[in-house]
Amino acid sequence: MAKTLDKVDVVTVGVGWTGGIIAAECAKAGMKVRGLERGQNRGTEDYSLVHDEYRYAIRYELMQDLSKETITFRNNVKQRALPMRQMGSFLLGEGLGGAGTHWNGMTYRFFPYDFQIKTETEKKYGKNKLSSDYLIQDWGITYDELEPYYDRFEKTMGLSGEDTNPFWGKRSSDFPTPPMKKMPLLKKFEKATKDLGYHPYMVPSANLSEPYENPDGSQLNACQYCGFCERFGCEYGAKASPEVTVIPAAQKTGNYDIIFNANVVEILTKGNKTTGVRYIDTQTGEEVIQPADVVVLTSYMMNNAKLLMVSNIGDQYDPETGKGTLGRNYCYQIEPGATGFFDEQMNTFMGAGALGMTIDDFNADNFDHSDLDFIHGASISFVQSGSRPIGTNPVPSDVPLWGAEFKKASIENFTRTLDVFGQGASMPHKHNYLSLDPTYKDKYGVPLLQMTYNFTEQDRNLHKFITKKTVEVMEKMGAKKTEGGGPLAEYDIVPYQSTHNTGGTSMGNDPNTSVVNTYLQHWDVENLFVVGAGNFNHNSGYNPTATVGALAYRTAEGIQKYRQKGGSLV
Amino acid sequence: MTETKKGVSRRDFLKTTGIAAGTLVGGGLIGGLVGYNAKKGNSNVATAPADNEHDADINRGLMFFTKRHDFEVLSQATERIFPEDELGPGAIGLGVPYFIDNQLAGNYGSNAREYMQGPFYEGGPTQGYQTRLTRAELFMNGIQTMDQEANKRFGKSFADIEGEQMDEILTDLQKDSIKMKGVSSAFFFKLLRSATLEGAYADPIYNGNVNMEGWKMKGFPGHQMSYINQIEDEKFHKIDPKSISIMQH
Repeated sequence: MAKTLDKVDVVTVGVGWTGGIIAAECAKAGMKVRGLERGQNRGTEDYSLVHDEYRYAIRYELMQDLSKETITFRNNVKQRALPMRQMGSFLLGEGLGGAGTHWNGMTYRFFPYDFQIKTETEKKYGKNKLSSDYLIQDWGITYDELEPYYDRFEKTMGLSGEDTNPFWGKRSSDFPTPPMKKMPLLKKFEKATKDLGYHPYMVPSANLSEPYENPDGSQLNACQYCGFCERFGCEYGAKASPEVTVIPAAQKTGNYDIIFNANVVEILTKGNKTTGVRYIDTQTGEEVIQPADVVVLTSYMMNNAKLLMVSNIGDQYDPETGKGTLGRNYCYQIEPGATGFFDEQMNTFMGAGALGMTIDDFNADNFDHSDLDFIHGASISFVQSGSRPIGTNPVPSDVPLWGAEFKKASIENFTRTLDVFGQGASMPHKHNYLSLDPTYKDKYGVPLLQMTYNFTEQDRNLHKFITKKTVEVMEKMGAKKTEGGGPLAEYDIVPYQSTHNTGGTSMGNDPNTSVVNTYLQHWDVENLFVVGAGNFNHNSGYNPTATVGALAYRTAEGIQKYRQKGGSLV
Repeated sequence: MTETKKGVSRRDFLKTTGIAAGTLVGGGLIGGLVGYNAKKGNSNVATAPADNEHDADINRGLMFFTKRHDFEVLSQATERIFPEDELGPGAIGLGVPYFIDNQLAGNYGSNAREYMQGPFYEGGPTQGYQTRLTRAELFMNGIQTMDQEANKRFGKSFADIEGEQMDEILTDLQKDSIKMKGVSSAFFFKLLRSATLEGAYADPIYNGNVNMEGWKMKGFPGHQMSYINQIEDEKFHKIDPKSISIMQH
């Protein structure tokens, strides 16, 4: 018999960026908010031993314990889906702050084009630019409508940057802090791209260039360029993450608490409303019911989708019939790039997760696609995040992967290699989707989420195009030898690629093609909100966090409206 | 520093004494052997305990392997993957075999934080680790495979064949042309290669990267509090590496 706790106004499932933002805003507005976090409490004081590549980057200290839960994966419906037994292609978070603890901090707003991609693409290139197998759709909200929330999130983070990119949408205010240090290798990229006629700018960075106090009164420190960001927590509190911003802001109100070791397994419903959630106390095995007036799913996009599926909320997408919305529009990203080998030694081991420069000359619809066999594009960046010796063993492709020659070349090139890389946009395809696995279960007996995904023709064409551009930039940077990445093969879940998984719980104006409305309120269950990159209808050529945070701020506003008048917010 | 630099390497010694490596159990003979080397003024031996109580690194030892012979096969294989050269020590000199042994005895070896529930199927090339074997079992399996292959091809243990002969077997593992039970040989080779590099470059607290020699070769400074004063410099900085252990003492 499950134990039932006292009812709260708002419960969030997961406490990372989105859970933290919802908590801070709702608690400030006087609501009683509770966060349920399956992992542990942690914060800056836990990261003093973080300069340990093996523990954190290779053995995934801060990430999800897959022995308890993972996903299953197949490239297509004909294949048998099998569990992702080890972490690889993407890094799922766990514990306070979630993936917001171990992110790099590259924080771009999406383009105005992204939000109206279908309308804009058809207007410019006609209805048949992409085949109807691609399910692109407008997001139901424009960049201008989302702008104030981007602004809000950037001020919470103290984002460091410069507003010099001619391709961005209009900003209502400048970056809260100046860009990071434009060190020599960045200048090399800047000069090369300028010489090629492009428009380089400093990556908007959540590793802060200077100390900053945010509007909630949280204090962030200045980045020390120690080279341990991605896969690590920041021992200086210099990387904007939930534990140093929105979570303390929520706690300060006295209206917020967090229950740790609470793994939510079901969203409880009665009619068209949710009554709360059921969770397992992972330490005692006990079942607990947390009643709430409003339930907000704020875990990673995969777990958000899974919880809706196991709770039978919404209609599962079926690739055969094209019916259903839940699990549809799953997208990822592609990573075209070029490696350059240089003669001189460079300080490649110094850096910060978002210390870099980018060009958008081949991103979004910033260039003419009339004669191209794809839409959208990729940001092209050089980022000096700090090379580490286990993960970085660059050798030219004619050198073997082990033995005397490998040792010599990988040591020689550790401080003599630079990478220019693209983050290529990903378009939804009718064959790429999320569902429940019929065979495999998590530790609590709940089915695993199943991912059916492969790269598409659009991905291959874009990859080829952007690879050439990155080679061109690297050659201009003066590499004695440049190697572009090989052609895009089948999606492989083993090598790390990107933790920019999107879709599955997409947003929009039409319940036939979206799971939630533009306040991320579920179409069928009015007091249930689903927040995260799962709301994206496609993935842009950028990191997703700024858009995730902006949507969360807008949702927090929606929850306050809902508390006042109830019903659908649209 | 490494075995090949010693007056007589352990392998040479075993060859010349005619003692089958497999009969070596425990540290008695090894200890005596290393003591012999130490007396020749070569006391900087990373791979085995010394007989002198004051020189012996009593914080290092085998936690996983039970047969010295298996450990020796592993050691020689890692050394071929990451050999000693003019740049510095190879896998053995860096303590990589101890690193791997120690890791196999813990969470890494038992895949404690990975999904190990059945049913198990072979899986496609894009679906990753699908064997029911843990890494500990996989390593034992792989080591035995390498040894059997050496006996079949050259009539000797893997630990006793020539370097080029070892490379031939390792290459065939890599190319997946050797049959292994429960897993592909290419998969095992990949794991062995990764573990070797991890042992060469992990912080020395994990018992590899002895004396931070891996980092010194590579120009990686390890744990440094800050580069804020150097990040804008054009010139390359050669920085004495530090272990994360300095934060704990």
